[in-house]
Amino acid sequence: MAKITYIAFDGTEYVVEAKDGSTVMENAVRNAVPGIEAECGGACACATCHVYVDPAWVEATGEPEPMEEDMLDFAHDVQPTSRLSCQIRVSPALDGLVVRVPESQG
Amino acid sequence: MSETIETDVVIVGAGPVGLFAVFELGLLDVRCHLIDILDKPGGQCAELYPEKPIYDIPGFPIITGQGLTDNLLAQIKPFSPTFHLGEMVVSLERLEDGRFRVQTDAETVFLTKVIVIAAGGGSFQPKRPPVPGIEAFEGRSVFYSVRKMDAFRDHDILIVGGGDSALDWTLNLQPIARSVTLMHRRDAFRAAPDSVNKMRALAEEGKLNLVFGQVTGLKGGDGLIEAVEIIDNDDKTHHLPATRLLPFFGLTMKLGPIADWGLNLHENLITVDTEKFQTSEPGIFSIGDINWYPGKLKLILSGFHEAALMAQAASRIVFPDKKVLFQYTTSSTSLQKKLGVA
Ligand SMILES: Cc1cc2nc3c(=O)[nH]c(=O)nc-3n(C[C@H](O)[C@H](O)[C@H](O)COP(=O)(O)OP(=O)(O)OC[C@H]3O[C@@H](n4cnc5c(N)ncnc54)[C@H](O)[C@@H]3O)c2cc1C
Repeated sequence: MAKITYIAFDGTEYVVEAKDGSTVMENAVRNAVPGIEAECGGACACATCHVYVDPAWVEATGEPEPMEEDMLDFAHDVQPTSRLSCQIRVSPALDGLVVRVPESQG
Repeated sequence: MSETIETDVVIVGAGPVGLFAVFELGLLDVRCHLIDILDKPGGQCAELYPEKPIYDIPGFPIITGQGLTDNLLAQIKPFSPTFHLGEMVVSLERLEDGRFRVQTDAETVFLTKVIVIAAGGGSFQPKRPPVPGIEAFEGRSVFYSVRKMDAFRDHDILIVGGGDSALDWTLNLQPIARSVTLMHRRDAFRAAPDSVNKMRALAEEGKLNLVFGQVTGLKGGDGLIEAVEIIDNDDKTHHLPATRLLPFFGLTMKLGPIADWGLNLHENLITVDTEKFQTSEPGIFSIGDINWYPGKLKLILSGFHEAALMAQAASRIVFPDKKVLFQYTTSSTSLQKKLGVA
């Protein structure tokens, strides 16, 4: 289990207990965190689950794979900390993870 | 350039479900025209996940989105459906003789006995970048596709994106533009390597401006842009003079004109019965992801089932006096003749 904090664009915080092996996107959708659309259902085939990983967690979450980098081209306001949340898998190492939801998924 | 086509069935949407409907209707001697806004058949399978594996198509332990599309195209070939690609169906209306008039945004007109709406998640439409006020420039100086190259002649063009559309139009418009700038968020391009090489060569010769960054604002008025505000990867803001902007951020699905066709909807999906998959309007059927009934599952498999039942009902409208016999493709010579195997 890992505790994940989602900060919505309006600043509201959503704290979720996430199961190991699930994705950061799935936990957002299950807990109705606003601003994560996940149109393709987690197949890394759209860019509508875009989040900004808190700088303190960038190392723990790792680098995006090339396929994810390609999909990030379709996201808006991409920053060095941008990730697609369907590609971040929950593990005990991510206990305490903080991610921010962008203003729009485009 | 308007054209009128008379047919038995018009299928709106050439996704996997629309394609399989051609097969089921074909076995019952019903001929179809398919219309899709995409420039290729296959719907979500071909556009969103051509290379990804699907594991729940009966009889195929694993098949890719494009593989399934190619197989469906091979399967319906004996029925020679007519495809109208790159066209969006904008309106439907019932005529006095009971048939329907269907019109596309390319002014193609169909007169048909039956309509099958297999529009999936809606029509694929270009993603609009969330730049404040961009709507006011769309269609006059901001475009998401190039219909006539001449509209770009002698302009200062800014093209945004890193895929094939962005690269292809950069290469095609460069010779006729006053200037072309290609902007992408990073120095890596998804497009075909050959296009990327050609683009880099032009940039080196100084015939093309290659920049890295993102659009943040538009300057201009009366629908015409004069400059585009961008932020580069060092967080510096610049103003690029440009009179045409072409953003290529991929496609998203929008319900589109379907909402205005007077059909009963359930949360933006078309309500159908589960015997014929007919909508609230007799003669208009709806199958695949776009329809809704209690228990609906948005699976390709379910859409195939819906296509088979719909075809039985649709053929009764097309051939009111003909008796529909239940037959197997394995054993019926008449079905095999239609498939060209007997
Ligand atoms: C990443 C991903 C993975 C998936 N994996 C699976 C899986 O493993 N198994 C499974 O069963 N399903 C899966 N699906 C779902 C599956 O792709 C859909 O159920 C299927 O594509 C629906 O087919 P369809 O023909 O109803 O619609 P679509 O494939 O959505 O096709 C509809 C077509 O209609 C066109 N259209 C719509 N409106 C208009 C209009 N007005 N004029 C002209 N054209 C129009 C659209 O442009 C589109 O091409 C997946 C989906 C995604 C995104």
